[in-house]
Amino acid sequence: MSRYYRWLVLIGLVVLAIALVTACATGPAKTNKLEMFSWWTAGGEADGLNAMYDIYKKQYPGVEIINATVAGGAGTNAKAVLATRLTGGDPPDSFQLHAGLEVEKYDPEKYLQPLDALYTSEGWEKVFPKDLLTLLKYKDHYWGVPVNIHRANVLWYNKKVFEDNKLTPPTTWDEFFKVADALKAKNIVPLVIGTKEGWEAGHTFETILISTLGAEGYRGLWTGKVQWTDPKVTQALETFKKVMTYANTDYSALTWDAAAQYLVDGKGAMHIMGDWTDGWFTSKKYTGYGWAPVPGTKGIFDALSDSFAAAKNPKNQENLTNWLKLAGSKAGQEAFNPKKGSICARTDCDPKLFNAYLQSAMTDWSKDAIVPSVAHGAAAVEKWATVYKDILNTFATKGDVAAAQKDLQKACVDNGMCK
Amino acid sequence: MHRLNSDRILSLLLITPSLIAIAIFVYGFIGFTAFSSFTKWSSLTPDFTWVGWLNYERLFQIDRFLCDLRNTVTFTGLFLIATIALGFFLAVLLDQRIKGEGIFRSIFLFPMAISFIVTGVVWRWLLNPGTIQTGSSGVNLLLERVGLGFLRWGWFTDPTIWHIPPESGLGQFLAQIGLSGLTSPYVGISLAMISVVIAATWQMSGYTMAMYLAGLRGIPEELREAARVDGASEIQIYQHIIIPLLRPITLSAVIVLGHISLKIFDLVVSMTGPGPAFATDVPAFFMWDTTFRGNNFAQGAAIATILLATVAILVVPYLVNQMRTEAEL
Repeated sequence: MSRYYRWLVLIGLVVLAIALVTACATGPAKTNKLEMFSWWTAGGEADGLNAMYDIYKKQYPGVEIINATVAGGAGTNAKAVLATRLTGGDPPDSFQLHAGLEVEKYDPEKYLQPLDALYTSEGWEKVFPKDLLTLLKYKDHYWGVPVNIHRANVLWYNKKVFEDNKLTPPTTWDEFFKVADALKAKNIVPLVIGTKEGWEAGHTFETILISTLGAEGYRGLWTGKVQWTDPKVTQALETFKKVMTYANTDYSALTWDAAAQYLVDGKGAMHIMGDWTDGWFTSKKYTGYGWAPVPGTKGIFDALSDSFAAAKNPKNQENLTNWLKLAGSKAGQEAFNPKKGSICARTDCDPKLFNAYLQSAMTDWSKDAIVPSVAHGAAAVEKWATVYKDILNTFATKGDVAAAQKDLQKACVDNGMCK
Repeated sequence: MHRLNSDRILSLLLITPSLIAIAIFVYGFIGFTAFSSFTKWSSLTPDFTWVGWLNYERLFQIDRFLCDLRNTVTFTGLFLIATIALGFFLAVLLDQRIKGEGIFRSIFLFPMAISFIVTGVVWRWLLNPGTIQTGSSGVNLLLERVGLGFLRWGWFTDPTIWHIPPESGLGQFLAQIGLSGLTSPYVGISLAMISVVIAATWQMSGYTMAMYLAGLRGIPEELREAARVDGASEIQIYQHIIIPLLRPITLSAVIVLGHISLKIFDLVVSMTGPGPAFATDVPAFFMWDTTFRGNNFAQGAAIATILLATVAILVVPYLVNQMRTEAEL
């Protein structure tokens, strides 16, 4: 009896296995859907995305939106999943992508659709700033529709601390060091920084590079026009080294927001970070902050942008095109950005929808020189950006100028930009 | 006879799916990873051009990787010593037939049930040093309050590397006999790693205790009594009888803990991140970074292969030994 029973179990298992395999192979039935892939799972970002979905659903009722998200800081986990799906031939229709050279990572000529026709038909070349358009082009094609803009070179400061000590926000690095000395004497951390996640030192240094080399020189570093052996890079490294002596000593234990908490508490005075800090301050119900461009970068907008890309051979081409049109439209961007805490990539959004900081950023966006951020995927291919970030993480602690400069030049050579 | 045959067939049939799955998903992928590490694959589309040992040669020139190797050695060494010593000590204490032994056993074992991620976050909060201006926090604050302020230090934010200074007497001697490599900061002890060791030891020493306790209980009481009759002191009993008898347990503990520490990833990610100048970085973290952030699949595969090799160096002799003993039985 027990023998028959065992055979029965075995047959049952085989049947089950076959059923599972066939079920996977058939996959979900084809219907009217749009799959959108991002790492926006929480807070303002998810709210902004949902606001855009709402508009989309109103315009195209009957389309089911699949909101595929993979949580995780800076999208590292999401990018791994996405890479697998693209190479495996099961791409989401549209997915989130940092505008700029990050696109190289996805081998666009093989896996993505060029969107040049859409740019012409929607007139986007007229509403996005010229510098942004240059940034968006890779191998002479547009691969994504930018939906928002963040600024990386912002110096946040605690207004009360500055008023109490009769200081004004520094506009040059010399002023910065004077202010920092005064604050240090008062036992306040002049510059709060947290480098736990490994990219923050690179972020801070890129703003110093911009201030030292100017917009043109900084861009040149990433295109091979300026070598990393340039004495100005040495100068930037020296400045960064000195800046780090004014930082909180526990920087390697903190994330950027934990460091910003020192500023909120009045224990720290200044913080160099992107303008997602503005959203973070708001979520903390903290209003005592002021902002200025990072010393020496007035008139330059260090930008990063989230864009939406289109996969080649998507399951729902028409729905996808409609989605991209919405993402680039005024209505779509005005719905998304106030919630996300960023500004529109377009220059014609209504400023009244935004808070005071974002309004000032909008003004700068329309007139400043725009340079790409490296810490956030715009200026260099990811391979290079990863090495850059590692070098700066070491430099922030060790302060070995010559070694760091040599490594930076080597990274540039390895990526075929420098000789 | 017939019955035995059908049983055989059945057992083979039942085991085949898992054999195939393991062959493909474990050994097949190990092989594929090793193969990838010899290729040029550094973009989304695989590029299987053979480059030989190039990826490995490059790897050993990268500052971060050399730091990682140093940290792994530091971590594995300190973690093994601390966990085994503490585990053994706790087991000996519990072996004294104290009241409420079950409760203590559970208390010491419980940390093992927690994920390394949770342990990492908790210990990050505890050991976060604070700053001079903003005041101490966590353990530093505790030390300050109880009057042991001089013991405060940077914990995992301290970038100091202990190594033989090249200009010292020993350093100069090593340079003379052609071993100047030993004075490089890559051959040293990263002090920040000690904090990670503390967290990992907290989590794993209960487990070692359980192993040792089982071992201690397996030693017949007669042996101790015989030793006592012969006039051996308690310390001598441990030294000459108990510790040698527990050698198999120690070996198992070294294997189990050793492979955990060589592969450690989650604890470091949640607790310290890469640390100041990669003072707490580990190869697994670098592998993840370079593969999924930098798209440098070949380099990631090379790191993975090196990791596997180090674990194999530790585990294979143990397995061979195990099989031999089993064959003898």
